[in-house]
Amino acid sequence: MSANEETIQSTIHRRTWRDVDLRAVAPFAALALLLVVGAIVNPNFIGLNNLANVATRSAFIAIIAVGATFVISAGDLDLSVGSMVAFVASLMILFMNSGVIADPALMLTAAVVFAVAAGAACGLANGLITTVGRIEPFIATLGTMGIYRGLTTWLSQGGAITLREPQIQELYRPAYFGSILGVPVPIAIILAVTAVAAFILYRTRYGRHVVAVGSNSDVARYSGISVNRVRTIAFVIQGLCVAIAVLLYVPRLGSTSATTGILWELQAITAVVVGGTALKGGAGRVWGTICGAFILELVGNIMLLSNFISEYLIGAMQGAIIIIAMLVQRSLVRKS
Amino acid sequence: MNPETVDAAPVVLEARRISKSFSGVQVLFSVNFELRAGEIHALMGENGAGKSTLVKILSGFEQPSSGEILLDGHPVKLPANGAAEALGIVIIHQEFNLAEHLTVAESLFLGREVTRFGVLDRKYMRAETRRVLDLLGCRVDANALIGSLSIAEKQMVEIAKAISRDARVVFMDEPTAVLSREETNFLFRQVRKLRDQGTSFVFVSHKLDEVIELTDRVTVLRDGQWVKTAPTSMLDGESIAQLMVGREMSSLYPAKTEPDVDEEVVLRADSISTDYVKDASFEVRKGEILGFSGMIGSGRTELMEAVAGLRPRLSGEVTIRGEAVPSGDVHAANRCGLAYMTKDRKGKGLLLNSGMTANLTLQSLDQHTSLGYLNPTSEAASLEKARRRFDIRVRDGNVVARRMSGGNQQKLLLAKVMETEPGIIIIDEPTRGIDVGTKQQIYHFISALARDGRSIIVVSSEMPEVIGLCTRVAVMREGRIVGMLEGDEISEQEIMRYAAGLKRMAAA
Repeated sequence: MSANEETIQSTIHRRTWRDVDLRAVAPFAALALLLVVGAIVNPNFIGLNNLANVATRSAFIAIIAVGATFVISAGDLDLSVGSMVAFVASLMILFMNSGVIADPALMLTAAVVFAVAAGAACGLANGLITTVGRIEPFIATLGTMGIYRGLTTWLSQGGAITLREPQIQELYRPAYFGSILGVPVPIAIILAVTAVAAFILYRTRYGRHVVAVGSNSDVARYSGISVNRVRTIAFVIQGLCVAIAVLLYVPRLGSTSATTGILWELQAITAVVVGGTALKGGAGRVWGTICGAFILELVGNIMLLSNFISEYLIGAMQGAIIIIAMLVQRSLVRKS
Repeated sequence: MNPETVDAAPVVLEARRISKSFSGVQVLFSVNFELRAGEIHALMGENGAGKSTLVKILSGFEQPSSGEILLDGHPVKLPANGAAEALGIVIIHQEFNLAEHLTVAESLFLGREVTRFGVLDRKYMRAETRRVLDLLGCRVDANALIGSLSIAEKQMVEIAKAISRDARVVFMDEPTAVLSREETNFLFRQVRKLRDQGTSFVFVSHKLDEVIELTDRVTVLRDGQWVKTAPTSMLDGESIAQLMVGREMSSLYPAKTEPDVDEEVVLRADSISTDYVKDASFEVRKGEILGFSGMIGSGRTELMEAVAGLRPRLSGEVTIRGEAVPSGDVHAANRCGLAYMTKDRKGKGLLLNSGMTANLTLQSLDQHTSLGYLNPTSEAASLEKARRRFDIRVRDGNVVARRMSGGNQQKLLLAKVMETEPGIIIIDEPTRGIDVGTKQQIYHFISALARDGRSIIVVSSEMPEVIGLCTRVAVMREGRIVGMLEGDEISEQEIMRYAAGLKRMAAA
């Protein structure tokens, strides 16, 4: 038997190009390809200003998608994130308009804490309905999607909710338009959120549990993992990410309406899947997700800058991307 | 050695020198089997003797590695995947192949619906269903939903399905496992009726009394080899049991070390009941290897899962070193140092798409965590240690569990469970589906763990394993512990007597 030989070989295991997981690399390769295509289409595209703009605009979807990476890795799905953005943003603006705290800075701080708590609570509701209520996450979050959206419409009475305090507006503006050491704040926040998320997913006990639950919840249960708690916390993380996106969204326009965040859930899911996370759970790729969000925004940008494809086809293009991404993933799985 | 009956009916289906290997492991060795027209033929053997494989080969679900199959005396190659039904060979599976949301008539004609001008001819199909059910004396409504039927009725529908396909040969794999005594009697009446009309049955069962009652001839397999074929009238339960197990013990097992009689009792289970297990009590001493034997479905796994907190208890107490463990609480059981190793390593034990490290430390991540940070170096060190300790042999250290051999997967699973440093380990089917060499290694690991002062419960359907390893053996049957054997009492014959219901422990 070749058993001895095997043991010897295993000890001198070397890293070869074959060890590189093609699925993990594919989104980054696609991003690089898009950059090249963009540069050919329009020389202005590759400029630092344009790229920074694209990255800034992708911030909302990117941050939400980071949360979605957790939910999807745990084998669930959250369709309510778009509505949740509108709902949490409405609550936050109404809170700031209420004037319960006189000092603008203090008021803003309280509003931020309030928004984060609201996001976490919305996520917790999703999590409890799915786990304790034992309802398919697709259905549960389809329900809360309607609820959050409906509550927003009711709060705004069908119109817009606008931040009224000019002092707070002035104070809050840099949160979207400012920059830290030359890096636009939204980009800095994307990177920070992603770094923290990657740490949690890859380097903590909880992250390992998320992947185990998404990969095979029976194995997780037999390993003594509280499956429902892991899933619920993933939904809360999703809620927190939505809240962070709201914190960037509110200073941008200073206003929300019942149509805020429509179809964002689909874009977030697209970003996650394009980034290489398996929709059936069990493999999370946080950096891939960010890459996926950039790809979505870049494609739109290239279409705008080029003259030969109408920008009205952006939606169709994004739809095509998700299908192509799945096909590429499938073929890579087969090869490995 | 095979006495011919005077007026032997013609042979319908015959297996000649059939051998079969699965990925290098031979499970059937040149087996002969013949089935006559209008007979009920029992196929007997221990778990793993090769009965299921032979049934699969004779019904076309598997192809033999060598040997030939004769239908009506002519060599045939049975078509795969149930297409042999067209030849009149039907298999009734242990798990029903019935869709709960269809009606009885729809189930009977599933996949071969009768149409008129392209439209389903429901009237004809209902009438035909009625006719077949009447033939069986079965009063189920043809329009009833499968989901609304009792298990016995489902079994009858399965049989009706076989009849409606003009079956000449029907394989029944443990058909009575889920039936009550009355339902069994009813089934047997129908089977005899069909036999008298010329249908042949192959009856696979562990229940010796039923085999004696129903069948005309018996064929016994042991370790993949043909042992004997004889008319049932010439045998009794004892002699069949003897034929099934008659085997010598090999040197596969390490020497037993018995714990002292006054050694501390570490685990005590007191009148445990779940929806299936009834009133099961046992205790384990420090350093002891306690075996749990019994037929598949006798409730061993249910009992162990209830003890380990993976399944709620309806009643009963589990105490570990004097501390009561609440029902359905895995964490509490783990904290008390009890670990359960599942028999379903692919479905419940390992993350097949993850590597060895993620699998090894999944249950013990706390050991590698400081301030929330999971230390990869510490994990790698654990893996290195586990690979040496349990001799896990893989070519590539980053291999995902799916690509490892069964033996290596089993060693990895054992290593994973041992990472939590449990004092009591319940090992369910320690060597299912692995080769003999690895089996021997695992037996030695288990023995070494016991010598270390850990207590081990070995649940196994392979009797030699339980006999070779354990100093005490509990036998379960139909959810109850029916026997507790010690010392010289531990033999295959004795276990078989309890497991088949021929003998029962006097009520304590």
